[in-house]
Amino acid sequence: MRFLSLIVVNLRRHRLRALIGIAGIGFGVAAMLTILGIVNGAIGMFERILATDSHYLVLEKNVSDLFFSAVRDEDRAAIRALPNVESAHPLLFGIVSSPGFPVITCFGVTAEDPRLERAEWIAGNRAEFGRRLGEIFLGARAAEFLSARLGDDVPIGATTWRVAGILKTENGFEDGGVFMPLGAAQEFFHRGGVCSVVAVKLRDQSAGADFKRAVEAAHPGLIALENREFNQSYHSFRVMKTTAWAVGLCAFLLGGLGVANTMLLSVFSRIREIAVLRVCGFSEGQVAVLIFGEAMAVALAGLALGFALGLAVLAGLPHLPQFQGYVQATVGPGVVIGIVVTALVTAVGGAIYPARYASSIQPAEALRYE
Amino acid sequence: MSEAREILVTVQEVWKAYDEGRVPVLQGASLEVRAGEMVALWGASGSGKSTLLHLIGGLDVPDRGELHVCGHDPRRESDRLELRRRHLGFVFQLHNLIADLTVEENLRVPALAVGRPTAQTTARIRTLAEQVGIAHRLKHRIQDLSGGERQRVAICRALMNEPRLLLADEPTGSLDEATGDLIFSLLKELAVRNGIAVVLATHERRFAEACHRWLRVRNGKVSDA
Repeated sequence: MRFLSLIVVNLRRHRLRALIGIAGIGFGVAAMLTILGIVNGAIGMFERILATDSHYLVLEKNVSDLFFSAVRDEDRAAIRALPNVESAHPLLFGIVSSPGFPVITCFGVTAEDPRLERAEWIAGNRAEFGRRLGEIFLGARAAEFLSARLGDDVPIGATTWRVAGILKTENGFEDGGVFMPLGAAQEFFHRGGVCSVVAVKLRDQSAGADFKRAVEAAHPGLIALENREFNQSYHSFRVMKTTAWAVGLCAFLLGGLGVANTMLLSVFSRIREIAVLRVCGFSEGQVAVLIFGEAMAVALAGLALGFALGLAVLAGLPHLPQFQGYVQATVGPGVVIGIVVTALVTAVGGAIYPARYASSIQPAEALRYE
Repeated sequence: MSEAREILVTVQEVWKAYDEGRVPVLQGASLEVRAGEMVALWGASGSGKSTLLHLIGGLDVPDRGELHVCGHDPRRESDRLELRRRHLGFVFQLHNLIADLTVEENLRVPALAVGRPTAQTTARIRTLAEQVGIAHRLKHRIQDLSGGERQRVAICRALMNEPRLLLADEPTGSLDEATGDLIFSLLKELAVRNGIAVVLATHERRFAEACHRWLRVRNGKVSDA
């Protein structure tokens, strides 16, 4: 029997307590993985919407959310006319609702928009986009949950729209969204003559700084941000990420308390046994290592359980109709490392007091009184 | 016993009280134990026999007085650890084995504390288990053993790290008379065979008289019986 096997043997002997600790950490891991996976996936999808065939985003300065940003049509035209600009596509964000589906993302775009060009057209075609009034185009997932086919009338807001095309995209937000010609969207959302953001593609990306200066000089109310710069600074992304980590850490805190409770109970019920280990030559350090080792083993098993649970949840969520295809989880190495480190730190933190208590047990006293 | 043998234990004017001094137990106890000898501490319950063993074994520290055991000072933590690991073995009245581990797993615990190689530990377990007659019980859990068998395992565990001194605190106290006699005989035989000194705390005069030397513990002091 090696030291490690003593740890395993101890957990096996107190398997119910060990399982409770494993479940505590496991649920924390699963919760954090699920929340971060969904949030990062959502952010990733949104980033890809904005970054489609563009280098820079031009938006209104100091807005808390892109939905409140307004870039006037004449400003967009002026930006498009700048010498280094290859394309400048407007995008007006909005939220529409249909009976039973209160939140559907709506994209007001022009027929030249690269999203329409890159999409796989399941029904209808891009040439029809914006040619007739009262027509909308649905993402494939939106068509599915709205049970709409080409030519159907779909109630959106106070009016009814005819489905003139269905397109499949790889982006969950787009696939679960509604595309409207820009003019129709401006009218629908009462935002005449403006868009939320202009996605700009430059001919020479290395001259991006000049473009940025030119935009901000000519249009003091606007700001031009490189896509990467936007993703890092966009307030809503930061709030979402921070919230996700905070909620996940709360779940871990509960898991940590579970480990502390489990380990403390384990130590209290083994006072005599620990005294015997000390009599047999275990040092205070070895007793502490034993308790920390048990906590770490609980954490590792909890991690395995949590990742299995969390990944199963993330795999299942996109298939739930309630999510309308908006869930496209992303679990990057940073998230995995963050969760593993948090779980291990939580387990070690939860075991500090039990380990200190265990290593301070005086053998004579424990053997005399118990 | 030969007087020329090395002195393993020296206890000089040792005092110990509990409950912040309100319960005095040892009041100037002194004794010496030489290598290879079997010494009994005989006295009534509560006379301080166990406390004296705990002090010698470094499980507790005296309030005052001098103590030297196998060249170490059990008042120092580092010495206490070294004593428990390399020089001493303990046998208690209650066997103090880990009930839901097997015999073999219990016997591996002292070897684990000193990091002894597994193969060497296995060989030592086999030798000791054969000496005390529990070789056929190595894979059994402690809870499945009789009282006498448990005490045999406890003796084996005490001898695992080849100690020079065995401290036995009423090792027959929880056994019936016949089993108690067997365990005492076994302890004595093993001590002689392995050249180990034994300090035996007992309230039974017949066991005390069967040792090489027996001392009486009364009123917190140790005297020749």
